[in-house]
Amino acid sequence: MNDTVEIAVDVRDAIKRYGDFTALQKISLGIRDNEFFTLLGPSGCGKTTLLRMIAGFEDVTEGGIYLFGDEIKTLPPHKRPVNTVFQNYALFPHMTVLENVGFGLEMKGSSRKDAAKRAGEMLDLVQLSQFAKRKPAQLSGGQQQRVALARALAPSPKVLLLDEPLSALDLKLRKAMQIELKHIQRETGITFIFVTHDQEEALTMSDRIAVMSAGELQQLGAPRDIYEHPRNMFVADFIGDTNLLEVSVDKITDGRAQCHIGGGHELICDAVDGVSVGASVHLSVRPERLVLSDQASDGNSLKGTVTENIYIGTDISTMLDLEGGPKITVRTSNTERGNKRLIEPGSPAFVNMEAGAARLLVD
Amino acid sequence: MSVNTDVKTYTGFRAMTLVCMFILYAPLIVVTAYSFNASESITTWGGWSLRWYVDVFSGPESAKFQQAAVNSFSIAIIAATTATAIATAAATAIVRGGKYRLRTPSLGLITLPIMVPEIVLAVATLIFFNSIGFTRGYMTILVAHIAFCIPFAYLPIQARMQGIEDTFEHAAMDLYATKAQAFRRILFPLMMPGIISGFLLAFIVSLDDFIITNFVKGAGVETLPTAIFGSVKQGLKPNIMAISTMLLSLSVVMVTISYFVSKWDNTK
Repeated sequence: MNDTVEIAVDVRDAIKRYGDFTALQKISLGIRDNEFFTLLGPSGCGKTTLLRMIAGFEDVTEGGIYLFGDEIKTLPPHKRPVNTVFQNYALFPHMTVLENVGFGLEMKGSSRKDAAKRAGEMLDLVQLSQFAKRKPAQLSGGQQQRVALARALAPSPKVLLLDEPLSALDLKLRKAMQIELKHIQRETGITFIFVTHDQEEALTMSDRIAVMSAGELQQLGAPRDIYEHPRNMFVADFIGDTNLLEVSVDKITDGRAQCHIGGGHELICDAVDGVSVGASVHLSVRPERLVLSDQASDGNSLKGTVTENIYIGTDISTMLDLEGGPKITVRTSNTERGNKRLIEPGSPAFVNMEAGAARLLVD
Repeated sequence: MSVNTDVKTYTGFRAMTLVCMFILYAPLIVVTAYSFNASESITTWGGWSLRWYVDVFSGPESAKFQQAAVNSFSIAIIAATTATAIATAAATAIVRGGKYRLRTPSLGLITLPIMVPEIVLAVATLIFFNSIGFTRGYMTILVAHIAFCIPFAYLPIQARMQGIEDTFEHAAMDLYATKAQAFRRILFPLMMPGIISGFLLAFIVSLDDFIITNFVKGAGVETLPTAIFGSVKQGLKPNIMAISTMLLSLSVVMVTISYFVSKWDNTK
């Protein structure tokens, strides 16, 4: 075994322009072999463009795309050993499910019989064997989605591209498919590149996530890394819920930054590179990392008044006005212990947090 | 449907419907009925008979009508086939050709003949043939029919194609199909209902054409419409009604096929 991880798809300084509009600004990323990799971002961030560039449906204006070391940017789609699961599935409506799944193999040169045999196996994998003879229109959305997956996997692509394949499914089915996709990825060992705008979906399924915005890569990392150590305002705000507070840095000692927010509340948090004394920056802290209390703690403790408690099932979200103006949201889990901590609207309360819970953002 | 918007509740709706139906269909019913008339007269009823149908096939004018029918059908089949092939190519180019500058003008050009008065087309076609020195005859009719059938074949094909998303071809190419394979295996089968409708429409239009045919045909070459017209000029006989009724039946059959083809969906 080689210790170095093999790179399946290497995007090097890729730029995409449509006339004057730059859809992708010099993106570089290496997607590892066997990885479940997600391109995450709001619509228009360039994630689908990047996916289509890997598939071969969009030209690369500048830069290169390498598949296991080979330059592929000049190859037409049918010569690239990658397959795509399309957002609207794009199942061939005049062919049966079996013919759809066998299509890629047939085009690759398998006999009709071999293609049908392998297609049958793929339908077993997605548990749709009993629908082999049906036309796509006779299947439900979730079943069509699985046919699209089987069709794309059947020719054993080196990389599977998935363009928001779950967005048309209802929530329950989507959650089930997320787990199933993850399992299929592990079973087949094929590199998956998944495009989505749904941050929860990305966190659930991915080995690594590339967060994109406005054609630029904002952050690349494991789900936990991205959620807990967002690199900038955009990532902190886009991934999950967060409190963004304006802070001024007063002092930095031993990797700890002493700062204050509006209203004069003092806070201590981990210092980060690029933030110096006197800087006015933002602080991100997740609502679930804050603790509501009627007493101040020894560490960071912000005094305020509860304005509202919102019941959201698993949690209760409490909104507070801190003394001097800033607003903050605290999430308390809906447990017996959590419910005891709740404070009625209009009453004073303390918001306590550990130093590691908050994160300073450079921009 | 709410009571207020249902046209059935409009004053005079029923009367107007009946008037329209009468104007449209009464002549056809009269012609059909009188084609079974035993009498020589076209106005007095002399009892049921098939004699005028027999007359069409074995009467004094039968040779003329038979030749005209052979001409009409062979021209209609060849013209509709050729026009449909051209229209299929044109629809593929115009709908799938991306955004090019001449897209709207080319769409306009291809459908223009439907808008232009037929007499203008007829004169133009005749002048064209004369100026290039084409001898008028079977070939001139055929070429003219191919030309004016194209827009009729084109419209149903284009309508069908606009409902076919290009992601199907993308998916095919993603699955290792070349452009030609993607067309043959995916796009073409999906276009098929439109192509059949286009062909049937072109066939009927060709079979039925009188004005252009009359201008460009050579002496002695007749199609059914020109033969019927020639015969009527000699005086109206019930055998014309028999031919008309047969043509009418053919049209009904074709329109019915066309209707079912347009409803036919090869995706279910």
